[in-house]
Amino acid sequence: MTTAISVSGLVKTFGRTRALDGLDLTVEQGEVHGFLGPNGSGKSTTIRVLLGLLRADSGTATLLGGDPWRDAVPLHRRIAYVPGDVTLWRNLSGGEAIDLLGRLRGGLDPARRAALLERFELDPTKKGRSYSKGNRQKVALVAAFAGDSDLLILDEPTSGLDPLMEEVFRECVGEARERGATVLLSSHILSEVEALCDRVSIIRAGRTVETGTLDELRHLTRTSVDAVLTGPPPHPAYAHDLTVDGNRLRCHVDTEQLGTLLAELTAVGVRSLTSRPPTLEELFLRHYENDPADTPSTAAAR
Amino acid sequence: MSGYTLAGTGTLYRLALRRDRIALPVWVYIGTGMVASTAFSFRKLYGDEASRRTFAAGIDGNGSLRALYGPIFDGSTIGGLTAWRMGVFGAVLAALMSTLLVVRHTRAEEEDGRLELIGAGAVGRRAPLTAALATALTADAALAALVTIVLLAAGQSAAGALAFGLALGATGLFFAALAAVTAQVAETGRAANGLAGAAIGIAFVLRAVGDSGSGTGWAVWLSPIGWSEQVRAFADDRWWVLALPLGGAALLTVLARALVEHRDLGAGMLPQRPGPAAAAPGLANAAALARRLQRGALLGWALAFAAGGAVFGSVAKGVVDLVGDNRQMADLMARLGGQQGVLNAYLSTIAGVFGMIAAVYAVQSVLRLRAEESAGRAEPVLAGAVSRLRWAGGHLLFPLLGSAVLLAVVGATAGLAQSAALGGGTGDAVGRMLGATLVQLPAVWLTAAVALAVYGLLPRWTAAGWAGYGVFVLVAWLGPILQLPQWVLDLSPFTHLPHLPGNAVTAAPLLWSTALAALVALAGLAGLHRRDLG
Repeated sequence: MTTAISVSGLVKTFGRTRALDGLDLTVEQGEVHGFLGPNGSGKSTTIRVLLGLLRADSGTATLLGGDPWRDAVPLHRRIAYVPGDVTLWRNLSGGEAIDLLGRLRGGLDPARRAALLERFELDPTKKGRSYSKGNRQKVALVAAFAGDSDLLILDEPTSGLDPLMEEVFRECVGEARERGATVLLSSHILSEVEALCDRVSIIRAGRTVETGTLDELRHLTRTSVDAVLTGPPPHPAYAHDLTVDGNRLRCHVDTEQLGTLLAELTAVGVRSLTSRPPTLEELFLRHYENDPADTPSTAAAR
Repeated sequence: MSGYTLAGTGTLYRLALRRDRIALPVWVYIGTGMVASTAFSFRKLYGDEASRRTFAAGIDGNGSLRALYGPIFDGSTIGGLTAWRMGVFGAVLAALMSTLLVVRHTRAEEEDGRLELIGAGAVGRRAPLTAALATALTADAALAALVTIVLLAAGQSAAGALAFGLALGATGLFFAALAAVTAQVAETGRAANGLAGAAIGIAFVLRAVGDSGSGTGWAVWLSPIGWSEQVRAFADDRWWVLALPLGGAALLTVLARALVEHRDLGAGMLPQRPGPAAAAPGLANAAALARRLQRGALLGWALAFAAGGAVFGSVAKGVVDLVGDNRQMADLMARLGGQQGVLNAYLSTIAGVFGMIAAVYAVQSVLRLRAEESAGRAEPVLAGAVSRLRWAGGHLLFPLLGSAVLLAVVGATAGLAQSAALGGGTGDAVGRMLGATLVQLPAVWLTAAVALAVYGLLPRWTAAGWAGYGVFVLVAWLGPILQLPQWVLDLSPFTHLPHLPGNAVTAAPLLWSTALAALVALAGLAGLHRRDLG
């Protein structure tokens, strides 16, 4: 497998704000890569650097084997981009905007375009000014999926879509993956990421804090344990968020200490035991929560 | 009930003042400053009454100056001369200021969706409109008060100073109310400004037609700018004329408020039509998109230029007749080259004015780049296989060639109308007029290039592109009467243009102005090529 996106040590400052602070990101060809992080952590800035709209201050970025700044035009023939907040030209119809955006990046398949309009239930004759946010988003999605781009860069693409349309979107990403396209999906919708992504990168304050498959990430983090024992529970020092209520114990433990905890619990005697791997949600919360230790002095913008 | 529809007006008014805390004082200070500098330089240049009367007699016989500035009602005082020189200009300035203020706080807010956020609060239906009008009233009242004060400071009669200040303020208020109506009718801020701007243009032309010859005087009374002139500050101080703009403003305000009640938020008065389901084959690249986005504005401007050329060309007869009536002036003018000389002076002045107006178009169409960029609409285009230069180039064809089209249109229509009015060879008249208008192009280009350079190199300061325009035009327009030193006059490219028809064409200033424009534009493009977008 070759690398579609390779970013290392990317730094971008806006005035005194450090939006990207040594960001790393690797996306393999053909994978759907989730790009996660709280608001203002630098996701859109990274994407705009990858699109050659912003010039990084330092670090390297390679996109489909080219330089995103220098080779912007030839690269963009192979890339489809959906921004998180689509603005359309007021006096162009949705259909015109779809065709224009498609042609600007090397054409789109008329049959697929027609099918996508149907699936997304989008009326292409409306003028840009009269579309709702969700429908503007659909215009950009149809333009992106109707082409044969090698790389799809989707920046929170489903904001404003209803659950049915969200489902259509997931199908479309799946189809893109099947024809061999690479997808970089920035998102806040965890179920979407869990359903679609092969690997994820979590960034915070302009830095990558975690990257890998979801299983790998789960392994790195804590398992929650809820046990009712036959006697008074132990108070292991390595357990996090420990609560003891009579004979009941609830806590989180790092995955490598799960065995030790189980041995201790068994020694007391177990009446019932539930152990749950961390949900993606917990994974996120752990990384999103404000940890003063690694919050840079200036909050990242964008 | 009506109390509820106005809820929140005070808060919105303070918000508007907060947002305009720089722009609003700048407008008022520019207006006041120009009145003040005009008054004080008249005092310096024509200190005694005799010199003033001689100056006024010379001016009043000059049809081109009458068409541009109106007649002199009182040539004996500095106040009277200032009211003549700054009356029309000040009224247009007040009208523009009021229009832009009202549209900015009504339709433009609505278009951007911010009014929706505000409307969801405890804010009445009419509150945004009322607050916008109150903001314009504040600006116009401040302009009226400061103009009165500076004229008093220049030692002029209190009644005249107040009459002049109120005439300007009332004109501003009339156009504020007119803009309140266009903001209800049009669906975009751009269109609302365009409609109100067209009304200002028509008012200017009607007044010019009325003042330029005999027998057309009635046209002045059709024009709100003419009303401002007909207050005749310092001469008769006709206070009753102020009832026209103020009454008109009241009527228009009632109309605008009624329209607010009868439409949905975000909608205009015209129903929306569906567009094509697919793009025409030609809409396939960034240049085609730019053409699609900019062609409507160019068409509107071209129609306005055609009408303006026809009007100013056809009043050429009045200009010549006016001199014919006045023996003393005729002698003076004979020395300047006879009737032909008078006509040429008029035509070259008109060509110069249209050159400066064409520069407004050129700057505006350059700044469309910034509008596309900051609205986020440039991003999806540039995320396609489109280089920045290609994207910008598509738009820049309009300031480059569109302004040439406008000047050719006005030259052709002015030439046709002039030969129809005066007789003589049509081809000859059109050819000379085309030369007179097209010779403005290098200055128009340089003005546009300055705006492009600001956009490319200092995108956050893009509005300063207008400052470049303002300096060029003010220096060329007011510099000579203020007797500014030559080096200051030389700052404006409009100063260097040959005065056609009637003078020899010297290639050098045209060439260096074009070359300088190309250089400045290249600097701007280099900046755009290198910088961050968005």
